[in-house]
Amino acid sequence: MSISRRRFLKWFGAANLVLLPGKTAISSTGHHFNGYPDSGGVLYDMTLCIGCRKCEKGCNDVNELSAPEKPFDDLSVLDQKRRTGNQSYTVVNRYTSSTNPEKPVFRKMQCNHCLEPACAAVCFVKAFKKSPSGAVVYDASVCVGCRYCMLACPFEVPTYEYDEAFTPRVRKCTLCQPRITEGLQPGCVDACPTDALIYGKRDDLLKIGRERIKNRPDGYIDHIYGETEMGGTSWLYLSDVPFREIGMREDLGNKPALEFTAGALSAVPMVVGLWPVFLLGAYGMSKRTDKNAKEETKAAVTVSLEKAKVEADSKLTLALKKADRLNQKEIEKAVKKALADVEEKKDEIPES
Amino acid sequence: MTDELTVERKKSLFTPANTVFGIIVVAGLIATVIRFTKGLSAVTNLTSYYPWGIWIWFKLVAVSLAGAGYVTCAAAYVFGMKKYHSAVRPAVLIGLLGYSLFTVSLVFDLGRPWRLPYPFVVSQGTTSVLFEIGLCVAFYLTVLLLEFSPAGLEWLGFRKIRNVAIKMTMLLTIFGIVLSTLHQSSLGALFLSAPSKLHPLWYSGYLPIYFFITSIFGGLSMVIFVSWLSDRYLSDKMDATYLEEKNGVVLGFGKAASLVMIGYFFIRVFGISTDNSWHYLFSSWGVLLGVELLGFVMLPALLYAIGAREKNVQLIKWTSVITILGIILNKFNISLFAYNWQLPAADRYFPSNLEIVLMVFFITIGILAFRIIASLMPVLNEHKDYQAPTH
Repeated sequence: MSISRRRFLKWFGAANLVLLPGKTAISSTGHHFNGYPDSGGVLYDMTLCIGCRKCEKGCNDVNELSAPEKPFDDLSVLDQKRRTGNQSYTVVNRYTSSTNPEKPVFRKMQCNHCLEPACAAVCFVKAFKKSPSGAVVYDASVCVGCRYCMLACPFEVPTYEYDEAFTPRVRKCTLCQPRITEGLQPGCVDACPTDALIYGKRDDLLKIGRERIKNRPDGYIDHIYGETEMGGTSWLYLSDVPFREIGMREDLGNKPALEFTAGALSAVPMVVGLWPVFLLGAYGMSKRTDKNAKEETKAAVTVSLEKAKVEADSKLTLALKKADRLNQKEIEKAVKKALADVEEKKDEIPES
Repeated sequence: MTDELTVERKKSLFTPANTVFGIIVVAGLIATVIRFTKGLSAVTNLTSYYPWGIWIWFKLVAVSLAGAGYVTCAAAYVFGMKKYHSAVRPAVLIGLLGYSLFTVSLVFDLGRPWRLPYPFVVSQGTTSVLFEIGLCVAFYLTVLLLEFSPAGLEWLGFRKIRNVAIKMTMLLTIFGIVLSTLHQSSLGALFLSAPSKLHPLWYSGYLPIYFFITSIFGGLSMVIFVSWLSDRYLSDKMDATYLEEKNGVVLGFGKAASLVMIGYFFIRVFGISTDNSWHYLFSSWGVLLGVELLGFVMLPALLYAIGAREKNVQLIKWTSVITILGIILNKFNISLFAYNWQLPAADRYFPSNLEIVLMVFFITIGILAFRIIASLMPVLNEHKDYQAPTH
């Protein structure tokens, strides 16, 4: 008995090993992914940014993008609000803040390299991946071009080569993945003359950011943008003006994009499992109703037939009785008549 | 005799309507060539802010109205409403064409359409709602083809295969309802991914349910609307059973749609209540939502109810038009107008002429295909060789 119990426990443990091979990316336990350990990122201190567009040039150079219409040292482009494009993975815009309208504020934008990216969650061919280096990389060789990534990206980052007839691709910042794997810094960080951009491990960058806020509480908004936004991003921002005033959404929440659709997707197996049951049930009920209706009709017919028979029988008996009575009367009448006749004859005999 | 017929045919082919259809088809074919040789930018105004344009809007409406197929099959076979049997074939044809047009327009929309099988065979992105939609639509299109196959097989005279197909009716119906529930709702779930972009009056965690319910009354209304059009243009194809049952179908479907729409109205209101988005109602967006919910959901729901109560077939037919317009408006708001609502006007999207031409082209293909198939095959009538006594 004890042996078989031990054996059972052994099997049970072995079965666990077979049935639970490693970790799954999305578990149902509410586990939160905090990024790959030691993954890289960039800390962007906007208080140090002078809007020189050197980062744009650095990006353009290392990614071998085509030359812009106006050269990078032409700062008149800052008069307009620009967004990322197929030939510009990063752009700098100028804003005025309510706190100090005299002093312009510059903000560089590019892919924020989310820890759990919306683009990767919604891609139906897994063209986007969060790599352990921290970069969110795109694989054009499987991309079908549905552009759901662009719809889902809360930061409006990916762009599309609409003018390519045969090989259109999604374009976005790669965090210079080829360079960082070689031990180099991203092109924009390399080009920054004021150290507004620092490349490093995300965990270290968060510490640096907190340190700066602590040391100059009046000089910064007490929030590192990207620490929690959309579940956290590898790109982190420090600012001395409210983020919403420089075009950064403060209403994105701290849930990664995956969670927005997780509930809906989790309903799929339930529908597949239960709908046929309900439908067959409904079918069974409609059949049953039909059958019941038929049986009821049949029963009703039988009942009325029987009733008719009973009625007919009673009528017959009555008729028979009546007939009997009539017969009786006839007989009595006949007997009476016969008796009367006899009496008559009796009377006649003595006379004659 | 034959000469007379051809003359009559020639005459009937060059009607004003056919001429318009012809022009649209030619323009559409030219635009198609441009699309596939010069790329998307040559025919669309799509931008990085608006990766999805009016073709996605068209797809959402087409699939919603194509709900006609599964809703009618459910009524006739699962719920045992035998007097709706003559409505099944036109409804399945509406479904088949709706999904075919969905797929055709998808081929235009995708950057590299020849990679359409990739999600299934090369790299499966199972966390994507779109993956599930792709899988369901592929399966459901097959189901619809099989469901409609008896009509084609009767027309071709393949009695044996046709009888096999008929035997699968119940199985296909259940498959169809399961698949439709899944992808109709998932089309709404697509937009769950963009809570920061869709206006809060349209964004809701219940979007998948809204889309599913919309497909029920959308499908019912489409059956009514198409039966009305068929009355006008295909009445010579209708047999005695169809003619006898058709008013019953219109009345019954109108009544059902009325009930479902009243439920839908309330779940939309509950959605706003759950998210506590009431304050948005006091803006121009609120007015738009009011128009959508009161003018195109509540009003047609009441008109359907009145029509069903007073047996006013004509009122129900007109109401189906209002309902369909309401669905077109709802999908427009979700996919285009209330999407990226915070963007400055200059960054917003307006479709190009060729984009509109191609969308009209898709719709025209649908109308023509319905007309041709319903004229050739036993859709509005039972084939005289196959009239089953149990039917």
